[in-house]
Amino acid sequence: MRRFLLRRVAAVPATLLGVSLMVFLATDVLPGDVARTVLGREASAESVAALRHELGLDQPVYLRYLHWLADFGTGSWGTSYTLHVPVRDLVLDRLGQSLMLASLAFALLVPVALTLGVLAGLGEDTPVDWVISGVSLALGATPEFVTGVVLLVAFSVELGWLPASAQTSPGDGPLVVLAHLALPATCLVLLCTGYVARHVRASTVLVVASPYVRAARLRGVRGARLVRRHVLRNATVPAASALGVQLQFLLGGLLVVELLFNYPGIGALLLASATAKDLPTLQATAMVLGVAYLAVVLLADIAYRLLDPRVRLDGEG
Amino acid sequence: MTASPVKGNPAAGGPRPGRLVAGSQPTGGPALTAGLVVDGLSVAYPAGPVLHDIRLAVRPGETFGLVGESGCGKTTLGYLLGGHLEAGGRVLGGRILVDGVDVLSLRPAALRRWRASHIAFVHQEAAGSLDPTMRVGRQVADVLRAQGLPRRAAVARARELLSRVRLPDVDALARRYPHQLSGGQQQRVVIACALATRPRLLVLDEPTTGLDASVQHEVLGLLTGLAAELATAVVLVSHDLPLVGQACDRVGVLYAGRLVEVGPVGEVLAAPAHPYTVALLDSAPTLGVPRAVRPLAAIPGRPPRPGETGYGCRFAPRCPAAVDTCRSAEPALEDLAATGHAVRCLRPGAVGRAVPDALPAAAERPGPVLLQVRGLTRRYGHTLALDNVDLTIHRGEVVGLVGESGSGKTTLARAVVGLGPPGGGSISLDGQELPARVTQRSPQLRRRVQMVFQNPDTTLNPEHRVRRILRRAIHTLRGHDDVPALARRAQLDDDLLDCLPARLSGGQKQRVAIARSFAGSPALVVCDEPVSALDVSVQAGVLEVLAQQRDHTGTSYLFISHDLAVVGYLADRIAVLYHGVLVEQGPTQQVLAGPHHPYTARLVAASAPAAAESTVAEPAAVVAPEPSPVDPAGNGHGCRYVSRCPYRIAGRCDRVAPPAVALGDGHLVRCHLDPASLPSATWLAPWVLVQGPDNQ
Amino acid sequence: MAVATRVSRRPSPVLAGSAAVVAAWVVCAAFWPDLVPYDPDLQAPADRFLPPGTDHWLGTDHYGRDVLSRLVAGARPVLVVAPLAALLSVAAGTALGLLAGAVRGWFDGLVMRLLDAVVVFPVIIAAVLFIALLGRSAPVLVLVIAAAFVPLVTRSVRAATLVEREKPYVEAARLRGEPLWSLVARELLPNVRGTVLVEATTRLGDAVFAAATLSFLGLGQPPGSPDWGSSVADNRLWVQLAPWTVLAPALAIGSLVVAVALLTDRLRRRLDRS
Repeated sequence: MRRFLLRRVAAVPATLLGVSLMVFLATDVLPGDVARTVLGREASAESVAALRHELGLDQPVYLRYLHWLADFGTGSWGTSYTLHVPVRDLVLDRLGQSLMLASLAFALLVPVALTLGVLAGLGEDTPVDWVISGVSLALGATPEFVTGVVLLVAFSVELGWLPASAQTSPGDGPLVVLAHLALPATCLVLLCTGYVARHVRASTVLVVASPYVRAARLRGVRGARLVRRHVLRNATVPAASALGVQLQFLLGGLLVVELLFNYPGIGALLLASATAKDLPTLQATAMVLGVAYLAVVLLADIAYRLLDPRVRLDGEG
Repeated sequence: MTASPVKGNPAAGGPRPGRLVAGSQPTGGPALTAGLVVDGLSVAYPAGPVLHDIRLAVRPGETFGLVGESGCGKTTLGYLLGGHLEAGGRVLGGRILVDGVDVLSLRPAALRRWRASHIAFVHQEAAGSLDPTMRVGRQVADVLRAQGLPRRAAVARARELLSRVRLPDVDALARRYPHQLSGGQQQRVVIACALATRPRLLVLDEPTTGLDASVQHEVLGLLTGLAAELATAVVLVSHDLPLVGQACDRVGVLYAGRLVEVGPVGEVLAAPAHPYTVALLDSAPTLGVPRAVRPLAAIPGRPPRPGETGYGCRFAPRCPAAVDTCRSAEPALEDLAATGHAVRCLRPGAVGRAVPDALPAAAERPGPVLLQVRGLTRRYGHTLALDNVDLTIHRGEVVGLVGESGSGKTTLARAVVGLGPPGGGSISLDGQELPARVTQRSPQLRRRVQMVFQNPDTTLNPEHRVRRILRRAIHTLRGHDDVPALARRAQLDDDLLDCLPARLSGGQKQRVAIARSFAGSPALVVCDEPVSALDVSVQAGVLEVLAQQRDHTGTSYLFISHDLAVVGYLADRIAVLYHGVLVEQGPTQQVLAGPHHPYTARLVAASAPAAAESTVAEPAAVVAPEPSPVDPAGNGHGCRYVSRCPYRIAGRCDRVAPPAVALGDGHLVRCHLDPASLPSATWLAPWVLVQGPDNQ
Repeated sequence: MAVATRVSRRPSPVLAGSAAVVAAWVVCAAFWPDLVPYDPDLQAPADRFLPPGTDHWLGTDHYGRDVLSRLVAGARPVLVVAPLAALLSVAAGTALGLLAGAVRGWFDGLVMRLLDAVVVFPVIIAAVLFIALLGRSAPVLVLVIAAAFVPLVTRSVRAATLVEREKPYVEAARLRGEPLWSLVARELLPNVRGTVLVEATTRLGDAVFAAATLSFLGLGQPPGSPDWGSSVADNRLWVQLAPWTVLAPALAIGSLVVAVALLTDRLRRRLDRS
């Protein structure tokens, strides 16, 4: 376990470096003269050159990269080109919003997906299984914006139960906030549930057919006791790795639902700053998002390995 | 076929009055009510009938061995006795009575309850029966709690059971997870779970596959002892006839879903009446009997597949003694003698055991040295797999390599052929040094050293037909044969050439693998457990192919096996490996009969039939901790076997590495003991007549 | 005694239905110029936001363009991009995976390290950055999606290759002195066929998903394309006013992904059984 942890943690700086390189490369080589974009087409060559010098855009690439990296590390992330506010406050605030949404979604996802998956697996080849499997398959394949649109039109436009926009005002109470978050969170949950439930079902089926469960049955252990004692643990442990894969989808899904529901999260910020070519914001957003994502992935991996005693006590993992 | 009532129908030749089933007990006496009674049981799957008219009886405390090869239905029967019918199965008729209760007539809920407290079933793979995410002690306690025992009492009794199965350090072990235990220990835990409920019937399905010979021996001994103590009826399902001979009181031989012979184990093994039993015994090597004295005979043809139907005796197509009446009507299971020995045959005793009629020739002079291994050392990470191994193979010679799992025999095999990691020491062929990696060897060298692998299912590319496999081999190894000729060398029929491996049986696949390795006329073929995964009667055929190839071409073999009887059958010389150290090597008969190394003595004793004794009594089976392969003697110098050796000399064996002592005729033993004090297996006479050592 | 498990018999109408849906969209993609009632790009400011009716079966959007025509024409972008991206990723991933699994050694170590790093890489961030950089076009989309999938395919194929490689028949080939390319092509590739097929079907479904999502995020087809994802994005501002303009393309995507998922699931199960 220790060795595995070390190996994992050692890989993180490499990936982070890769992310930072990619971010810098993509945003630095962005076509179009940034200075000119900011100042407009009519600006004179001198003022453009002056701005370029001021922004440090006339230094060699690797120097700019190192400066930028240092800046990022120390927390001075500059000012947004378009919004003219400090990038750091903007990004961190948005990150908080996204984390709230993602946590809500995750908190709903885990119990729902596990329950559905186990139920489907226990009732293999029964109508319960067919329904759950079929729906999971469909949901797992459908992009969030599709389910989002359907939910939006159904619950917001037609029925008017829930607000279309997820934007909340500072003074709103928790119930109002929840109402605003309901639709976007549901979208995320639906997609991930589809995928995870099927994985849990598959591993439940395997566990139920396994020799040790059969042996336990023959020994007289049955029903709820059997499920609780033997099936649950063994079925959900492999599924935990499926949850890990979900993180990629959650990330993408976050962008989608934030866009669709006008949620002021970091995903929306990423998209907006990319469109507006707001470099400092884009860079900081991409980096923060990357770091946060990697941290969550690492945590998920560790959690999964903690659950399985074979891995936990054996070392390598 | 409908179930016949207790008395049977005398007109139809059914069981005689006063006796429940044929083969159950001596004449007269009351009908059995205790223990297991199976009466006229027939089972079918959608594909066809699987079991037909099974009749047997097992008394409480008695061990009954159910023997048969793959496809005979023994697993189905075992599971059924254990209370579980495979999906799709249907009971056509008959009864299973345990302590007088007709198990088949119980309703599912009642059956479940009753089964949980009266029957215990031990699966083939012990590790699989244990929940990997639950601690071992708790699993045993769970069984007791399912019986209704309160938690504290269950935990205490679980501990007691674990020590009853002779597990060391019970308190610490109970807190471990299954994967932290050795195979033998896992099996004992499973047995503890099984016996926790004090079952009336214990069914074991191949309980010792995957376990080393000495561990097998211990586990079986434990089992039969406990069963007698608890007055449980035990049914042991196995393909291994000698194993059953060691562990059981009575045996039943299953063929094509029918019991063809039942009776006391000594009688059945010594004087088998059914031609199939005779053939089965004839196709298994006896420890210490080489091929020159009694060649094994494979049974021609193949057993009927589950679901195949036919007329008359199911064995008739393959039976040397079959006559027309055999093919028209199926015989019933009839008593032969008052001892409860019954047989399903119209001509019982018509086929006798093969009588060795040749006295072995004097040992030939070994040819020139072909392969010389010097000081070979191999490591896997921190583990020392081979420690300074010296081995010589002469031209035309078969050298058998024996050892248990972890002994390094596979490592040695792979080092010789060039697979596996490089390391210290040298290997030379005809005086020419062999590079450690096969990629560094010239094509010339590659064709001279080839290998036959253990698992027939993965030894051939599943996507290539036989013809292509052989053609490719001939091409790359610059062989001279054409494909049909090569196939014939391994006794493969021409119509198999265009088959995919999936259509071949295990024995056929192995023979293709053998043919493949012979494509380039090799000088040395390394055989890594080539017959271990095959049925007994099929083994004989493959061994015969190997032997014939050697006779025709003078190829040498390095023949690896954990089965001492098989090795003794083919090998001219035997080398014994223990944890990477070659503790003994020498001519086969001398190594087997002794005087030999204490570890060899243990191996021989583990393979011995029940009646054999060795000159020095084995100490009571003690589960001594395995030596660490990194530093077994604890200080890097002493004998590696010291922690398990009953003859150890304190102060010498654990400090100083034992010297190689020459006992004459090229027989070397690495031991501190004086040659005169080395153990022997005197019961193992060099050439064994028909009655064999299994004769009481 | 224990009862035999019930034989599972899914209603095959599901299979037929899915195949029909996919076939229908393929036909649309191939022949949309002949099928559409109106020119998808024809703007008619006078007829903006018409609800579904007799003239326009699915209504019109904020430019007065016929929604149905745009729907039919929108099948082509996704049905060109997705299969291409899937094919590309499977080809590249299989080659890499086979080689890495067969060769082992430093090459495999390198590939594995790269995989480890790339698999946890936040791909979506890379997609946003690079598409913003390179501009929106179909080829870029194909490349980005394929690049994202290559590590997944490589990992699967490598794992399958490793399993086969340890088997005696491969070792026997090595003992015969078969060269590397022969080992890969003759021995290993035919035996990882199943894995490759599974990956191909999975990636196809994923590619449709990815293409649609990226289009929605504004990172897919060039602006103005009738592509479904872009349509949803373009029209979402008017969802209160004219929900049909958003629902139609969304449901089109939904139908396609679900149909593809059901089909490929059935295919995978068939492969599993054999």
